Amino acid sequence: MKSVILYSLSGFSTYIHNLLSSNIGNNLILLITELTIIGITLLISLVLLCFFLGWMERRVAAFMELRLGPNRVGPQGTLQIVADTVKLLFKEGLTPSKSDKFLFNLAPFIVVVAAMMAIAPLAFAKNFSIFDINIGVLYVSSVSSLSVLGVLMAGWSSYNKYSLLGAMRSGAQIVSYELSVGLSLIAIVVLSGNTSLGEIINSQQNGWWIFKGHIPAIIAFVIFIIASTAEINRAPFDLAEADQELTGGFNTEYSGMKFAMFLLAEYINLFVVSAMGATLFLGGWMPFHIGNWESFNQIMDYIPSFVWFMGKTFLIIFIIMWFRWTFPRLRVDQLLKLEWKYLLPISMINIILITLIAIMGWHF
Amino acid sequence: MRGLIEEDYTTKEGEFVINIGPQHPSTHGVLHLKVWLNGETIIKIQPHLGYIHRSIEKMSERLSYRNFIFATSRMDYLAAHINNEACALAVEKGLQIEATPRAKVVRTILSELTRLSSHQLWWASTGLDLGAVTPFFYAFREREAILDIMDETCGARLTQNYMVPGGLMNDIHPNFQKRTKEVLKQIKEKFKEYDDILTGNVIFINRTKGVGYLSKEDALSYGVTGPTARASGLSCDIRKWAPYSAYPSVDFEEILDTEGDSYSRYLIRMKEMKQSVSIIEQLIDNIPEGDFQEKTKNVIKLPKGEFYQRVETPRGELGVYIVSEGMSSPYRIKYRSPNFSNLSVLPTIAKGYKIGDLVAIMATIDLVIPDIDR
Repeated sequence: MKSVILYSLSGFSTYIHNLLSSNIGNNLILLITELTIIGITLLISLVLLCFFLGWMERRVAAFMELRLGPNRVGPQGTLQIVADTVKLLFKEGLTPSKSDKFLFNLAPFIVVVAAMMAIAPLAFAKNFSIFDINIGVLYVSSVSSLSVLGVLMAGWSSYNKYSLLGAMRSGAQIVSYELSVGLSLIAIVVLSGNTSLGEIINSQQNGWWIFKGHIPAIIAFVIFIIASTAEINRAPFDLAEADQELTGGFNTEYSGMKFAMFLLAEYINLFVVSAMGATLFLGGWMPFHIGNWESFNQIMDYIPSFVWFMGKTFLIIFIIMWFRWTFPRLRVDQLLKLEWKYLLPISMINIILITLIAIMGWHF
Repeated sequence: MRGLIEEDYTTKEGEFVINIGPQHPSTHGVLHLKVWLNGETIIKIQPHLGYIHRSIEKMSERLSYRNFIFATSRMDYLAAHINNEACALAVEKGLQIEATPRAKVVRTILSELTRLSSHQLWWASTGLDLGAVTPFFYAFREREAILDIMDETCGARLTQNYMVPGGLMNDIHPNFQKRTKEVLKQIKEKFKEYDDILTGNVIFINRTKGVGYLSKEDALSYGVTGPTARASGLSCDIRKWAPYSAYPSVDFEEILDTEGDSYSRYLIRMKEMKQSVSIIEQLIDNIPEGDFQEKTKNVIKLPKGEFYQRVETPRGELGVYIVSEGMSSPYRIKYRSPNFSNLSVLPTIAKGYKIGDLVAIMATIDLVIPDIDR
């Protein structure tokens, strides 16, 4: 385990903390300074992350669609998304004349803030999370469901029937799929006996839950991927936007930076659900170990925990992007039928099985 | 007519009107549908036309019999070649001549290539309308290859303008046969890919099966033709019923189905593509030698009378009706366009379905808007 500690980021954060506390006497000012640093770092890194995800989505889409994708601005087109953002910054942010201006302008912020708040308890590397709250799973699932508020606001205040239809679809969809996401999260909470994300990761030291929890854990993982894709409004569940039906749905009337904020929120949400999937089912930053293969395990330990976490997260992101570019969109009644008739009953039975496994100690 | 369309309808409690189009991604043009909705359920649809009316019929009355043909390229722009062919055939009927054997075979091959490329674009946009973006690029890969053949032989990719009364404008390109065979080989390989990505997809089947049911009676009474009608069991393939060009000599099947839903319309077109490939394969090695154009006078004058020619476009029956007063340009021209009749059935078959279904129904009816307005 020595090697894992070698790559821990806790030394770095402790160093900064010591540096600050030796210079700032007042505890309150120290706290505020540290929070500001974290906030700014978080904002910058999230924006960079979204740039990367935007570029990745376009390149993955191009890969699926026999195209090249953006490859002119910057190395391999990585700066294309920066150029696009700059363009959006300079565009006029129109507010429709009959819209509810306060709600219309507030909605994108709510969506983005809800998405960003969910980042807090995620462990990006060993001992490196912003706030490892002891009810982390609960926190993430409740905070991320706040975004529906922003979407409903956007749809309602736009004074556009397409937007309203999109928002209503989104509301029904997020409320329904929340259940399946919650139940698949609970499956892991039951198995690990903990709601803190840090503790859940620690419980996967000798094997990830997707391997340890037998078939029910795999079912929970699949349901989690399906339901969380629906929760973040991505194809094949992007009914709230549905370009071909609702011409953009709830964000039809948005332009400029306000529109960009919806995109930003979408990518942060994508990252959050993938990171949650990686944390709960694929062991977070835990390296991949195989039973007694000591030398193999040691090599795996040398890979930094941050790389492990990001690798797993991006694997899930790639899968979600993959089926975005392959599947057609569901219809609104089929979407609800899928949740209430299939996913929910399956997850309920799954929970019973998982509980049985946890009580009897059948998991490895 | 106006009273018939603008039938009064009072919006009831809980219903609201939404305007789909004239600028909307899934109307594929400037079609305007006024839709009454209750929640997501469609109560009533009123198509509004006229946004792309260019008075092609009126224009043709001032054009010579050689020139008016090319105005029709802009009607159903996905089947420009077939439109041209219909006009050329109508003029030939009036002149009581026939195209040379070589021209007949080349016309048929090009018609079927057009049908293939049109069906491929339809397949692409159907996927796109239902939210699957990738099929679009798959279909365009093969469509590009077909358009390249058109480019080489006709000199244009979309509005070919290759038909003249009596035959073809020029002889085919020396590479025509070789390239066509190559493209056919490529297309035949890719059919499986098409089926893998869309036909067998469970979401796609759920979105289209049982959606937009069109009965045989409705198809008949609304004058629906083409694959849309054939999916309802109405045999209406002009290539079989009134063969023209080289169709009498080729062996092909008229694909029929009785389901009448969107999925059935989808399958009909997928199978028609295979039939088109088979037709071209039968003809491509048997292009007769000889003239590509029958001798005609410099100024064509049709005898006094009325001439009607119908052909099978990828979307149904196109009729060209020429009234001649013996002058060098037609006295009156009327096109019976397949899309106008096919659109007329949309309000009937889409009633009671959801907005998402409306998009699926419009996609599988395969509307080309400039052909509706002309």
